[in-house]
Amino acid sequence: MGELRAYAALMAGQFRAMASYRASFVVELVSNVGGTALDVGTVFVLFRAGRVVGGFTLAEAILMASITAAGFVLADFAVGNVDRLTTYVRAGTLDAVLVRPLGVLPQLLLMDLPVRKALRVAIGVGMLGLGIRLNHIHWTPGRGLLIVVAPVAAAVFFGAIFVLSASLSFWWVDSGEIGNGFTYGGRDFTSYPITVYGGWFRAIFAYALGFGFVAYQPALALLGRADPLGVPARAGYLSPLVALLVAAIAAVVWRAGVRHYRSTGS
Amino acid sequence: MIEMKDLRKDFTVRVKTGRLRRAKRTVSAVDGVNLTIEPGEMVGYIGPNGAGKSTTLKMLTGILTPSGGMVSVCGLEPVPQRTRLALQIGVVFGQRSQLWWDLPLHESFQLLRHIYRVPAADHAARLRRCRSLLDLDDFLDTPVRQLSLGQRMRGELTAALLHGPRVLFLDEPTIGLDVVSKQAVRSFLAELGEGGTVTLVLTTHDLADIERLCRRLVVIDHGQVVHDGTIEALHARYGSRRSLVVDLDAPLAPGFELPGASVTAVEADGHRVTFALDTVSAGAAVAALVGAASVRDLSVVEPDIEDVVARLYAGPVRDAP
Repeated sequence: MGELRAYAALMAGQFRAMASYRASFVVELVSNVGGTALDVGTVFVLFRAGRVVGGFTLAEAILMASITAAGFVLADFAVGNVDRLTTYVRAGTLDAVLVRPLGVLPQLLLMDLPVRKALRVAIGVGMLGLGIRLNHIHWTPGRGLLIVVAPVAAAVFFGAIFVLSASLSFWWVDSGEIGNGFTYGGRDFTSYPITVYGGWFRAIFAYALGFGFVAYQPALALLGRADPLGVPARAGYLSPLVALLVAAIAAVVWRAGVRHYRSTGS
Repeated sequence: MIEMKDLRKDFTVRVKTGRLRRAKRTVSAVDGVNLTIEPGEMVGYIGPNGAGKSTTLKMLTGILTPSGGMVSVCGLEPVPQRTRLALQIGVVFGQRSQLWWDLPLHESFQLLRHIYRVPAADHAARLRRCRSLLDLDDFLDTPVRQLSLGQRMRGELTAALLHGPRVLFLDEPTIGLDVVSKQAVRSFLAELGEGGTVTLVLTTHDLADIERLCRRLVVIDHGQVVHDGTIEALHARYGSRRSLVVDLDAPLAPGFELPGASVTAVEADGHRVTFALDTVSAGAAVAALVGAASVRDLSVVEPDIEDVVARLYAGPVRDAP
């Protein structure tokens, strides 16, 4: 309880600090909007090639892309800041975070408030609304629950990937690009029906790494469609379990990373 | 209060050995340190650059995980019990700020009150004390990024003490400070130490910090403790002596000898002579001199700790692993 109040105080302090740089905040807020809309937009481009891609219609593909988009912006909003870890590890300034009686990860996330990403969250959620509107979903209580759970699970999944890829910098300081490959590459992977990908690549990303459970399988469950790849439609309801599993792995790796932190000479 | 048993920290460094080849090499930054520090002690921890001072401090504060051995602070194991330990200790890094760069100093103090869950009354009392002892009032409303180094360091000291820590770790607290700020920091720490409730561990390159503050001196070199004791013990061990500098009206007679002392320097055509006091007391030496020569002026010079430490650092050279 006292700890929560401590975090709240930290957040309030960051707000006041941010207020001292007002102009740059507005610029960043606006410049952040473009990206998200563009991601879903690329799905349209893909469908200019044909009415059906990978066995799915444009509307169905947009549902998958929008679950991804909503989940990703939520994750980026909540834990996207963790990518600053590289800077703190390189400069050794993580020392100051480690001598305080609070968790390392929450402190890092509160070092910078993601208010500038708030507009993106609105757009991502709007996209999800569009994805639902374009399809004629036969609503059941289960699907009603899934449409809420799936984007949240996607957010947990991507959040875990953010943390995992940031943790790499505890071992390799210059790991930024490897990490980005998984976060942004993962987002792009799940924006399309996984049927468009080739055999071994799909097997690794969709099933071994779990990206197929972020948007593809939940979308199938929502649409009530059989999976052309033969996985039962109900598998979509597993998405929160997959997300929690990845989050657990991320937590273990993060802890190991903090123990491996080497600081810098001073 | 603090215990280290055979504490080690190894770092792996990769060394280029060829165009593409790299060899792994293990470097022991801290190589089997054994130390026990009692409550209320003020310990100076010194050593040349790269000797392992900061690494030790980082293991004591839970920043670095030891590679081996045992460490306990306030009865806690620093890394696994990091957040619990953080409530009991205060840390000042001369080169790393604990304060919020963009906020006024007093807001940093308020944030720390919430972070450390300090009762408002305790917080106010401690802040009041620091404000008067460290003269903070002039810059409490200034954003930290605009403070001078001396002002910031006074802010850092306050920040480290607001939660009433039982142990205070200071890593080069006077580095880069001007003479006045150094004095302010030293006298503040001296007063803090006199209370006897705070255990203080201090690393520094400025030996005046140690002479002013610490009864106990620990010297570390190549990751190992090479001296642990009082400053006097260090002088005794390395044979540093007090000297007697005498200004004379006329040079001493040739063949003059002062029992228990030896001449270390003759200057100004014999008008100034420096004796090292080997076994004789300063009083006896002065009495003997006044009887034998016409003394115009004299002074007793304390041994210079810088010299002793410089000899110590340069001393037994170990082979690199």
